[in-house]
This record gives sequence, C-alpha cells and structure tokens, in this order.
Amino acid sequence: MSRREERTKADRALAGYAALVYLFLYVPIVTVVVLSFNAGMHATDLRGFSLRWYGEAWSDPFVTEALRNSLEIATTTAVLATTFGTMAALALNRMRGGLRAVLDTLVYAAIMVPGIVIGIATLVFVVLAFDWLNGWIAYLWPAGSTPPALSLGKPTVVAAHTLFTMAIVTVLVRARAAGMDRSLIEASGDLGATPWGTFRQVTFPQLFPAILAGFLLAFTFSFDDFIIALFVAGPDNTLPLYVFSSIRRGVTPKINAIASVMLGVTLTFLFVAQILLRRTARRPTRAPGVGSGGPEGALQEAA
Amino acid sequence: MPALRRRARGGGEEGGRLTTALLLLPTSLWFLLLLVAPLVILVVYSFGLRAPAGGYEPAFTLEQYAKLPTRAVAFRNTAIMSVASTLLCILVAFPLAYFLATKAGRWKTLLLVLVIVPFWTSFLIRTYAWLVILGSNGIPALAERLGIAHDLVLLNTPFAVMLGIVYNYLPLTVFPIYVSLERLDKRLLEASRDLGAPPWRTLWQVTVPLAAPGIITGALLVFILLSGEYVIPAMLGGNKVFLLGNALVDLFIQARDWPLGSAVAVSMILGMLATIGIYMKLTSRWMRGTGRSGVSLI
Repeated sequence: MSRREERTKADRALAGYAALVYLFLYVPIVTVVVLSFNAGMHATDLRGFSLRWYGEAWSDPFVTEALRNSLEIATTTAVLATTFGTMAALALNRMRGGLRAVLDTLVYAAIMVPGIVIGIATLVFVVLAFDWLNGWIAYLWPAGSTPPALSLGKPTVVAAHTLFTMAIVTVLVRARAAGMDRSLIEASGDLGATPWGTFRQVTFPQLFPAILAGFLLAFTFSFDDFIIALFVAGPDNTLPLYVFSSIRRGVTPKINAIASVMLGVTLTFLFVAQILLRRTARRPTRAPGVGSGGPEGALQEAA
Repeated sequence: MPALRRRARGGGEEGGRLTTALLLLPTSLWFLLLLVAPLVILVVYSFGLRAPAGGYEPAFTLEQYAKLPTRAVAFRNTAIMSVASTLLCILVAFPLAYFLATKAGRWKTLLLVLVIVPFWTSFLIRTYAWLVILGSNGIPALAERLGIAHDLVLLNTPFAVMLGIVYNYLPLTVFPIYVSLERLDKRLLEASRDLGAPPWRTLWQVTVPLAAPGIITGALLVFILLSGEYVIPAMLGGNKVFLLGNALVDLFIQARDWPLGSAVAVSMILGMLATIGIYMKLTSRWMRGTGRSGVSLI
C-alpha cells in the first residue's frame, strides 16, 4: 500500500514537472504577443490593448520594404523548390544503382548542412563566379556604355534557399510516391494514356498533398531564414535581417508587433503543412518494403 | 500478355532515360554549383592567403591552419557550450519524455503536438522573446519592483545563452527520447520491480540504458546544430559569449579574412563529420535489434 502511495506521489511530481516545462515553452512566445498589443512601452508599463505598434510598423518604409523582399524571396524559393524538388523525386523513384545513391546522399547533405555553412559556401562561390562573369560581360559589352555587373542581392538569397528547401520537397514527395499505387500508373499506360497524361491525371493528384506541404515548408523556411541571408543578401534587407539589426539598436515595441506577425505566419504555414502530411501518412501504403524511415530521419535534421 | 507488356515497357525505357535526365537537371545543377563546388572552393581557400583588401589570394600554404589557435577561444567555448547544453537539454527532456511515454494517457497526442508547436514558429523570434524577458525591462525590472534583487543582469551572460539553447533545442531532444521510451518493453520494468529493485534502480539500470539510442540521437542533433549557432550567442550573449558561429560571421563579413574563415569552417565541418561517424558506429550496434528511432518533427 505504501508503495502505491509512493508511486502516485512520484506520478504527481512528474506531471507537475511536465506542466513547468510547458510553461517554459510557451511563456516567452505569449509574452511577445501580449506586449505587441500593449499600449505602453514596456512589460512594466501595461496600459491596455492597442494596435498602435502594428500601425507604427506598417507605416515604416524600412519595415514594409523588408517585408516585401521577404515575401518575394520566399515565394520565388517555394515555387522553384517545389517544381525542381518534385521533378527530382519523380526521377529518383525511377532510378536504381550508383547514381541514385550519389544523388540521395546530396539530398540529405543539403538538408543536414547547417545554415551557416550554406551561407558561407554560397557567398564564396557566388563572389568568385560573379567576378569571372563580370569580366566577360565587360569584355563583350559594346564600348561607350557601362556594362551591368552581377552582385549579391535577392536572387542569391533565393538560390541559396532553394538548395535546401528543394531537397526537403524531394524527400517529402518521394515518401508520398513510395506509398502510391503503381498499378494505377500501369493501368493508365495500358489504357493508352501518354506519359504526360498519366502524370497529370494519375500521378499528380496523388502526390498533391505532399507537393503542397513541401511548398508551405519551403516558404516558411525561406521566410524565417536569417543566417543565410546575413551572408548573401548584399544590400537587400529581409524581415529577419531588419529585426536582428534593429535589436542591436535597442528593443522597441514595434519589433514585438513585427515578431508577432512572423510568429503567426510561420505557425499557420507549418500547421497546414503538418495536417497535409499527417493525412498523407495515414493512407495505407501498398508498395512493399519502402518505409519512410530514411526521409523522416532526414527531416528530423531539417526541422 | 506479360510478354507484350514487357515489350511495351522496354520501348518506354529509351524515352524514359531522357525524361529522367531532364527531370534531374535543375536539382543536379543546383547541387553541383551551390553545394559541391562551394565546399571544394572552401577547402581550396583554406590553403590560400588573405588578399590585402580582403578576400582570397591564391597560394598553397598551411598558414591558415597554423593560425587556428588564434581562434582557440571560439573552439573551446563552442566545445564547452555544446557539451554542457546538450547534457542540460537531455536532463530537462528526459523526465518530460518519460511522462509523455508512460503517464500522459489520452492526452498524449495533444501534449506531443504542444512540444513541437513552439518549434514551428520563427527561430529568430523565439530567441528574441528571451531577449525581451531577460533584458533590463523584463525580469530584472520585475525583481527590482518586488524588491528581490537590485541591478540584476541576466542578458549577455553564458547563462542567457545556455537558456536560449535549451529553449530552442528542447523539442529536438524530447522526441527521440520519447520514441525510444515508447517502444520500451514494459515487461522488463515489471520484471525489475518484481525482482525487488527500487524505482530509482529500475530507472537507472533498465529504463535509461534502453532509452540510450534516443538519448544519443537527441544529443547528436543538438550538438550538430549548435556547432554553427550564431543567432543565440549574438542575441543573448552580447559579445561576451564568443562561439564558432560568431567567429565565422566575424571572419567572413567584418574582417573579410576568407582563407582563415575557410580554415575555421573546414575544421568545423570535419568535427561534425567525425561526430556523425561516431554516432553511426554507436547506433548501428544498438539499433540492430530495436529498429530505428527516427521521428519526424515537421
């Protein structure tokens, strides 16, 4: 009897501990959101609900420009990553042997390499390539006018973001394709459909949830990225870069408003992506022996 | 009929190969130009010299690697911070994972989702949130008002950095540990109890060793992500906690000493690869019977 009592006591302590950890996880996020709606300047100066700081952020041209850049970069990245990633997934599923192993390794490497390494590597490569290309452009440009010069900016950020988001899309779409019913594709071919027709009417609808989830993830990761943009954004500003540099000048309530918007955007997108992926996973898989172990393991690193 | 089908498929093979190549073209180009080539260039640069105006000057010298000790502080801080915060993460995560795996009951799914949700929100903003809380208008102001402490400084200390790391990386540790505890054969725990072992002994001699694959996986994830961490030490540590990430940003962006930066980056990548190698060695032995302990976080 005393042993059982001891156990319920231990259980209660464990539950209490869990509650504390959840508080630890949520208090900071909630604090920022609450403060963003606070009319006063600080946490110690609670004066009631106000949208004042949102208005101030919205009327700051630096903020709106950074926001526009971020949306532009994230949308372009997501479109490129989804298109190329899906293409690669379809191709990899038809392949066997050594080349596939090499490409698989590259896909996982692109996901696992830390952002700071991607940032540095892209910077070093792009500067080298642009120096070389600019030399040629200047040489080939008709005399009398100044030749254009390639430099760091939004496109280089897109290129770097596309590298790892593309790999994530590939992994997601492949996992989905592995669970797809191959006999439907064969049936479509046997019934005389062209490969493109089969893709449009059979393969694509089945892959769609994974592709859409990939798009949302690519958008979020790009929208949220700070460290890669720090290296390769050149003179262009993104929202995370703006937040980071203005913090150096001091915390203002305006940043709380921007932060809350960023929290909302990332949370919504990842939430929808998660629901899509859950639905994907619940479907019965008919392809034998193709577990989702590998891709899932890699996504662990991606997250 | 099977013969016919085989022929039909065989005919598709020719066009199929071209399609496959075309489908792979953009991805391969990206990997080659923005992953493989840059990493090769990084290695080449690490043997070069700094150009007078910054950047790279071709050479073949080990000078940069000889200069690595000048950044010894960053290497040492990163090593200490990684080990300490990885241990702290596991210490905080294990009881929660144990609770989720064994006691959460019908709330389990919801509680698991609640562990990941903060992880889905912006990383930069999660760290910023602690800047607000630990900053002079946060806890220190509150403590002042309540008369608990005066001139409390929490921000720009190793403590703040550690807190930021544990906060950001906790879900990464909870999940692998949860998975291995969930798969644990409950009969072993009963056996231990029936044989008269006190709860602490069961925990230490049965539960923890069986959860080892999850613990190690969580530790590896934290360790790898932490080796290049810049945002947390920059935001919460001021310039007082100088890690490898700070050194790299400093060398590539401010000092523009690319060769030395490359040498630091190459050493960091080698350290990471070595860690992964050790991990694979360890887990291939563990996982042979128990299956994988991978979980998806997104």
